[in-house]
Amino acid sequence: MAQTDFAADAPAGRAPVAKPQGYWAGVGARLVRDPITMLCAAVLLMLILAAIFAPFLGLADPYKGSMIARLKPLGTEGHILGTDEQGRDMLARLVHGGRLTLFIGLMPVVLAFFIGSALGIVAGYVGGLTNTIIMRTVDVFFAFPSVLLAIAISGALGAGIVNSLVSLTIVFIPPITRVAEAVTSGVRALDYIDAARATGASAWTVIRVHVIGNVLSPIFVYATSLTSVCMILAAGLSFLGIGVRPPEPEWGLMLNTLRSAIYVDPWLSALPGVMIFVTSLCLNLLSDGLRSAMNVRD
Amino acid sequence: MLTYLVRRLILVLPVAFGVSVICFLLVQIAPGDPLTAIMPVDATAEEQAVMRAAYGLDKPLPVQYAIWIGNLLQGDMGKSIATGRPVASEVFGAVQNSLLLAVSAAIIAFPIGTALGFLAGYFRDTWADRAVTALSITGVSVPNYWLGIVLVIIFSVNLGWLPSMGAGPGGSQSWAWDWAHMRHLILPAVTLAVVPIGIVAHTVRALAGDILTMDFVQALYAKGMSRFDVLRHVARNAAATALSVMGLQLGYLLGGSILIEAVFNWPGSGFLLSNAIFQRDLPLLQGTILVLALFFVTMNLIVDVAQAAIDPRIQRT
Repeated sequence: MAQTDFAADAPAGRAPVAKPQGYWAGVGARLVRDPITMLCAAVLLMLILAAIFAPFLGLADPYKGSMIARLKPLGTEGHILGTDEQGRDMLARLVHGGRLTLFIGLMPVVLAFFIGSALGIVAGYVGGLTNTIIMRTVDVFFAFPSVLLAIAISGALGAGIVNSLVSLTIVFIPPITRVAEAVTSGVRALDYIDAARATGASAWTVIRVHVIGNVLSPIFVYATSLTSVCMILAAGLSFLGIGVRPPEPEWGLMLNTLRSAIYVDPWLSALPGVMIFVTSLCLNLLSDGLRSAMNVRD
Repeated sequence: MLTYLVRRLILVLPVAFGVSVICFLLVQIAPGDPLTAIMPVDATAEEQAVMRAAYGLDKPLPVQYAIWIGNLLQGDMGKSIATGRPVASEVFGAVQNSLLLAVSAAIIAFPIGTALGFLAGYFRDTWADRAVTALSITGVSVPNYWLGIVLVIIFSVNLGWLPSMGAGPGGSQSWAWDWAHMRHLILPAVTLAVVPIGIVAHTVRALAGDILTMDFVQALYAKGMSRFDVLRHVARNAAATALSVMGLQLGYLLGGSILIEAVFNWPGSGFLLSNAIFQRDLPLLQGTILVLALFFVTMNLIVDVAQAAIDPRIQRT
């Protein structure tokens, strides 16, 4: 990345702003003018709302199977999206499945954002031995491809929702820490930090007042770019059988159990994956939109 | 160059040490007793103590680590609890199969990704650029284990052209360079190639776009250099970064093929890993992860050194 930094890519052609406005007003205005980002935000909002309010939507019971109604095709009377290998309503399971999938897919990045930012800001601001200890530990975690690390920790801990959350959080702390440290070191070297320190402000005050506000946007944008990978990994752990346990509805797990139906009703068995794909695509596009709206460069 | 190589080699040692510590601790964070998988339920306390001593589990952690790392340096990674065979031989056989899959995916992904990315960077802000950008975002967003299933549905279930699982006819575990075996490689390799195609295309697009707007390109055109020769200069400037991304991707392909191997029942390291997880075979889990992580570390080292060899600017930093 460092090699591409010298390239000039000034945002040419941006409409001139009539009167000076605040940073966040500008970000909001740019976001609203970006149709793809708004569409993705709307789709994600819909998925999240559907997941939260799933029990109140008048859907069938996602746990109740039926031996005589197994693997009904799409468009069946009473089961618009068909039924799964145990005769459970697919629509109900897909909507309910969003609860666990979105929770386990997004929560680790949120947790890693707080922990990683804290570690990175401390390492970048304090420097010295503290920096060495934190950053060399982070380096070790970079020796593992993220998929491998997630599966290794989940595999050792065993299946379960909490174990998935723990392993994915551990996977995403090191990259966020590294970005936070880089951004903080950059801000730390600026004159206004020296000025603040010269007035006698304590380290905590300088971090709170001068550092956090200037480093949080790039870290936040970077964290949003990890959500799609985290979603795919979270569902992947359940797909492998080391995430959510049956009979809970969860997209990755459903994709796995429906593989037995691949010769009976192939497209039905691919449905849970469509949900994972759409969510992860929207997360990626939303993150790209945020990046350009907030003028963060990688 | 030699000092850079030595400095870079010295930096690898603490990372390799850290990797070994993490792999060692993996077994410690596992709930339950590592012996429960093999001990009969009614084993007496005395029998358990004998087994514990036989596996060295009665010693303090740092001592256990020292013994483990000492054996490791002699090539002894312990025995699989489930099969009793040496972990090393099981892992290396499986890693070979994974490597075959990863390299095949890389051979598909890197030229396609580079070509698409260069096209998009060269014709920036045209329909070609937008098409490639859309394609690469789709590529990195698709859950590849699902894509594998979709490809199986299309090419195995519906069309019946390609086999859906295994590495050879009749569940054969050994590999041969004939069509009967190669057919089995196509679907998993293509599935695995999709994510790196997206990432390489994205990287090369940004690189090519940036370099093409630099002053030296204008200067080369101004002195009358042909379009082809100018592109040669651009390619050489982009090579170091592009190469490092590809090297990292190859490492990710080997470590990340686990889910794809599960979809296609490919007898590689991922298959071994999921067996180890479900049989709670912790030495095997530990050994597989250690070998894959060390391969990834070595890959990073090779990438850094190659990058420095291509681009002399890097050695100075």
